[in-house]
Amino acid sequence: MALLQIKNLHVSVETEQGPKAILRGVDLTIRSGETHAIMGPNGSGKSTLAYTIAGHPKYTVTEGEILLDGENVLEMSVDERARAGLFLAMQYPVEIPGVTVSNFLRTAKTAIAGEAPAIRGWVGEVREAMSNLKMDSDFTERNVNEGFSGGEKKRHEILQLELLKPKFAVLDETDSGLDVDALRIVSEGVNRAKDANGFGVLLITHYTRILNYIKPDFVHVFVAGKIAEEGGPELAARLEAEGYDRYVNA
Amino acid sequence: MEIVRPGSTGHSHGAGIPIQTRNERLRSANPAEHNAVSKTDEQWRYLDAEALGGLDSALLGNAIDSIQTQGPAAIERVDATDSDFGRAGLPEDVATANGWAAATTALKITVSGEQSEPTTVSIANPGKHSAAHLIIKSEAFARGVVVLDHTGDASIAETVEILVGDESELTVISLQDWSESAVHTSAQFARIGRNAKLKHIVVSLGGKTVRISPTAEFTAPGGEVELLGTYFAGEKQFLEHRSYVDHAVANCKSRVTYKGALQGDGARTVWVGDVLIRQAAEGTDTYELNRNLLLTDGARADSVPNLEIETGEIEGAGHASASGRFDDEHLFYLQARGINPLDAKRLVVRGFLNEVIQQIGIESLEARLNESIEAELARSNN
Ligand SMILES: Nc1ncnc2c1ncn2[C@@H]1O[C@H](COP(=O)(O)OP(=O)(O)OP(=O)(O)O)[C@@H](O)[C@H]1O
Ligand SMILES: [Mg+2]
Repeated sequence: MALLQIKNLHVSVETEQGPKAILRGVDLTIRSGETHAIMGPNGSGKSTLAYTIAGHPKYTVTEGEILLDGENVLEMSVDERARAGLFLAMQYPVEIPGVTVSNFLRTAKTAIAGEAPAIRGWVGEVREAMSNLKMDSDFTERNVNEGFSGGEKKRHEILQLELLKPKFAVLDETDSGLDVDALRIVSEGVNRAKDANGFGVLLITHYTRILNYIKPDFVHVFVAGKIAEEGGPELAARLEAEGYDRYVNA
Repeated sequence: MEIVRPGSTGHSHGAGIPIQTRNERLRSANPAEHNAVSKTDEQWRYLDAEALGGLDSALLGNAIDSIQTQGPAAIERVDATDSDFGRAGLPEDVATANGWAAATTALKITVSGEQSEPTTVSIANPGKHSAAHLIIKSEAFARGVVVLDHTGDASIAETVEILVGDESELTVISLQDWSESAVHTSAQFARIGRNAKLKHIVVSLGGKTVRISPTAEFTAPGGEVELLGTYFAGEKQFLEHRSYVDHAVANCKSRVTYKGALQGDGARTVWVGDVLIRQAAEGTDTYELNRNLLLTDGARADSVPNLEIETGEIEGAGHASASGRFDDEHLFYLQARGINPLDAKRLVVRGFLNEVIQQIGIESLEARLNESIEAELARSNN
């Protein structure tokens, strides 16, 4: 049983006018097997939270802590965090010139597992995961994210989630830009990976649509850099009907 | 006549430098007939005269005695009385002419029959202010591979003539694996016979100043040329590659692919790719590509494709040129998948340069070059 704790997290970014505070005291605890949905208006700091967990250098933690099974995550480099079991499916995955998907996946798997995967089993595993996500097998010979459509990039993120088997997965708007079929395929991918590995999920989304496939145990309303309200799945339905007005104007 | 020149900044020719069509360039073995090295001359606009360490003006000595060869090709020494001497091309710049004048005896390497083993020509520590003249010839219907392996320290002005006989298939690989302070200019002129194929691979890793100019001229229909190059410039290294394909006759095909990586302060590369499709060259099929990957700030890559087209009756003609950065977002993405920063850089650079390296087809050589690339990567890694 793994545990991810975020305590009183304050984060700022550097701007031309000096540091700007974005997260203002986030508290969140996730256990293995739990799914937490985070919903909130544009610019409220959801991606900032996701990137801060992953360790993006743009964000500075000014207060608070992040603990993974009691270990101080904030002291770890980005790659150490990934090897410790944190995974971020990005809202905008970047293109990597010159690196094929197959080479990238093998290198990442080797880094995270600490040893190269046995070649035969690995190729089969990749092929099966791709076919589950309805990804054409010739993606493996293309450069990472280069020329991928928005939806293909998201499938590629979930492919990595399936193969890298983290302890906790942060999914930043994985559902944005997906058509109805792709949404189902990608959601099933997340569920399949979760059933196999029992990881905890932090799911950032604007839409309740995805929550029909990936059932959240908890829903958190994120406003102005912190959690404004928490509840069960019924909270998502209420947000969809009422919007964020009552929080924003509160 | 149409001269296609990309108009974007950094790619266009600067003001004050006259645009000249490529076949108007002076060709002469006499150094005195060439212009002195000057930034106002298109040929020298990226390079400081001092960087040549005197190759353009000093008295040079023939390095032929220091050259070792190994492999199946026939080796002989020839001078200007040999009918192949000066047949593939004449110097188009003062440094090449200066070297030509000094290297009056050339080393001739002749490939005949089917040679599956490569012939290696080792140019190791040829010395300061040296010159060399090599003639590589494949006889009609022959097949073979010749590797020019440049290592150690040197300042050398070199000419390589490549005569690709009718119906023959020749691969020439020029490796610049010099030590840090070497200065090297090399004009490599190829003359392509009927239905002949040349695969020309340039790999420039070492040296302080390296300038390689591969030229391919088609002389009869059915010829095919692949000019491939890869380079990795480290701190304060200057690596320049100027390719030229002369489609003088009909129905020939050329592909030019140069890819380079740059890392460190003052790392500097230049690629100029000229392609001329003359009036008679109907049915020409040509494409040239240059890509550069900048790994750090303080590095600069220039990329200048020039396509001159004198006939409309062609199969295809195109070019692509792009210089991209390996930046913090790329690094973050790879790190977020558990890959440490040095491995991340390795992954990207290896992937990027491998397209050309793997074309070499000689395993031991590929391994050695990959090691040199690794060493370069580890050197100025931050
Ligand atoms: N470099 C910066 N300078 C100024 N403001 C910034 C900078 N980087 C981020 N911000 C601000 O931080 C806030 C939070 O951004 P973040 O991307 O975390 O929002 P989000 O909740 O993910 O929004 P969305 O739903 O649109 O994805 C935004 O108001 C954004 O403009
Ligand atoms: Mg966001």
